[in-house]
Amino acid sequence: MQNTKNLQEIRRLIVRHKRLDFLFMVIGVIALMIAILSFIALFAHMLIEGMPRLSWDFFTSFPSRHPGSAGILSAWVGTILVMLVTAAAAVPIGIGAGVYLEEYAPNNIITEIIEINITNLAGVPSIIYGLLALGIFVYQLGFGQSILSAGLVLALLILPIVIVTTREAIRSIPIAIREGAYALGASKWQTVSDHLLPYSAAGIMTGVIIGLARAIGETAPIITIGALTFIAFLPPSPIKAEFPFLSFEWLTAPFTVMPIQMFNWVSRPQEEFQFNAAAAGLILVVMTLVMNAFAIYVRYRMRKNIKW
Amino acid sequence: MTPQFLAETSRPGRLGYSHRRHLRERFIETLLLLMAFVSVAITLAIVVMLVKESLVFFQQVPVWDFLTDTQWTPLFDNAHYGILPLISGTLVSSAVALLVAIPLGTIIAIYLSEFAPFAVREIAKPFLEMLGGVPTVVYGYFALLFVTPLLQKIFPELPGFSLLSAGLVMGIMIIPYVSSMSEDAMRAVPMHIREGSYAMGATRFQTAIRVVIPAAFSGIAAAYILGISRAVGETMVVAVAAGMQPNLTWNPMEPAATITSYIVQVSLGDLPHGSIGYQTIFAAGLTLFLLTLTFNIIGHILRKRYREVY
Repeated sequence: MQNTKNLQEIRRLIVRHKRLDFLFMVIGVIALMIAILSFIALFAHMLIEGMPRLSWDFFTSFPSRHPGSAGILSAWVGTILVMLVTAAAAVPIGIGAGVYLEEYAPNNIITEIIEINITNLAGVPSIIYGLLALGIFVYQLGFGQSILSAGLVLALLILPIVIVTTREAIRSIPIAIREGAYALGASKWQTVSDHLLPYSAAGIMTGVIIGLARAIGETAPIITIGALTFIAFLPPSPIKAEFPFLSFEWLTAPFTVMPIQMFNWVSRPQEEFQFNAAAAGLILVVMTLVMNAFAIYVRYRMRKNIKW
Repeated sequence: MTPQFLAETSRPGRLGYSHRRHLRERFIETLLLLMAFVSVAITLAIVVMLVKESLVFFQQVPVWDFLTDTQWTPLFDNAHYGILPLISGTLVSSAVALLVAIPLGTIIAIYLSEFAPFAVREIAKPFLEMLGGVPTVVYGYFALLFVTPLLQKIFPELPGFSLLSAGLVMGIMIIPYVSSMSEDAMRAVPMHIREGSYAMGATRFQTAIRVVIPAAFSGIAAAYILGISRAVGETMVVAVAAGMQPNLTWNPMEPAATITSYIVQVSLGDLPHGSIGYQTIFAAGLTLFLLTLTFNIIGHILRKRYREVY
């Protein structure tokens, strides 16, 4: 009698705990849904508001006081040029620093300082980088409020991302590859440039793409260096008809970029400009999503293909 | 053969192959070290820049006034330089954000790490990653033109700009941060600890709450702290949706400026280089830098601790 009573109690306990288990699972799914649904709401809202504005003209017109004829020509050209500068600065330095820390760095205090620094830099708010650029690039070095200043500050911002992914990619290469190279008489740099870098190229590329996707959407540091928001002209073309065919005048030109243009339109009271903001936001989100998705795809392919 | 080869490499007065190679190796190593040192240079430059401009500022405004004055009106004729209104705006919007991000982020992390089937995790993780990749100015748009009108249906007295809607959206923005870092910490708890718990007859929920979370606690705490640091430094959402009027308030239903949105506001105008208005943004920036630095250091220490446990 006593036994069956106990048994019933235990069964009730089990049922109750299982119910709690199930309840939490439901709560978990709901929490996940809240995150995913808010993203869908954001995307859908921009799609509904911005879709009617998306046309060929929107891409080929300059910003204007008339919302109906305003476009993003100067913004997307500016974004591409700024990204060129960012990639040109962040990729070599980031990969170099990553290679150094992973392959060369001795185990000493200097290495530790560099490592702590990189972790710390990743947590510095982007607007602080903007202040740094305002003081140093714009005024001290005299680059002005130019594409060069903007590209460099975004490069500093994404440097930790490039360094960390480079290190992870190089670290995942088995030690046997290095030993094989050394055994054949290769020097350290020959090992790095002929083996480690090619094998980790896909991993490094994901880091670069994720970094650039982040840089494309960054607004605060570019506002801080004082980028103009109303630019109705294009920077000088980088390609010239006469010798030497390349020109770097565009580096010092005033500019605007996509997020700045969007911010400008969002902060206007007229509703028509907000449709433009929605359209610009839509393009911006699609751009960053495509870049992120591409990076995830590269990583996925890499995991599938490489078996050491 | 061999003697000739030796003679080639050790011929006096000429750089032998091995010597040239050695020089090249040294050169490359130094170059790479310099590249690694760029990060240290950036940090030094940030500190020097902020401190230098702030020192000029504090020569004109006593530190005590800066910390205790309750008005921030540097651009008015009767200028007051009290950082408190900006700090209150920053703290209120961050608090709202964390009230959203910490519970949701933690629940999502527990769900993904302990409950979710493999397929759900494989789909949800990239999705959350993308959520974290959306540009912040887009979240600002979302806060101003979607969340605020929605909230106004519930609270009709809510103004067009408010810390509440900026904070809510900021919270959604930070969820992926908190959830992915907490999940990593929970995943780092070895499987046999869970198996021990299951073997004692514990359910998954009991295991998660009483075994996995305590074991991963310092990692989860690090995720929270870094989330706080992110919220404090977030700029565009508050600049777009919270209004830019300095306002000493603890009420999230009001519009207010944060440290970051003040810097944006000044940068949008056009203050001459070297004026006191120009220096205020560096003093504000220094305050922000010190705030986030403190959180980052605490987070870093906590994270290091949980990595060392297993």
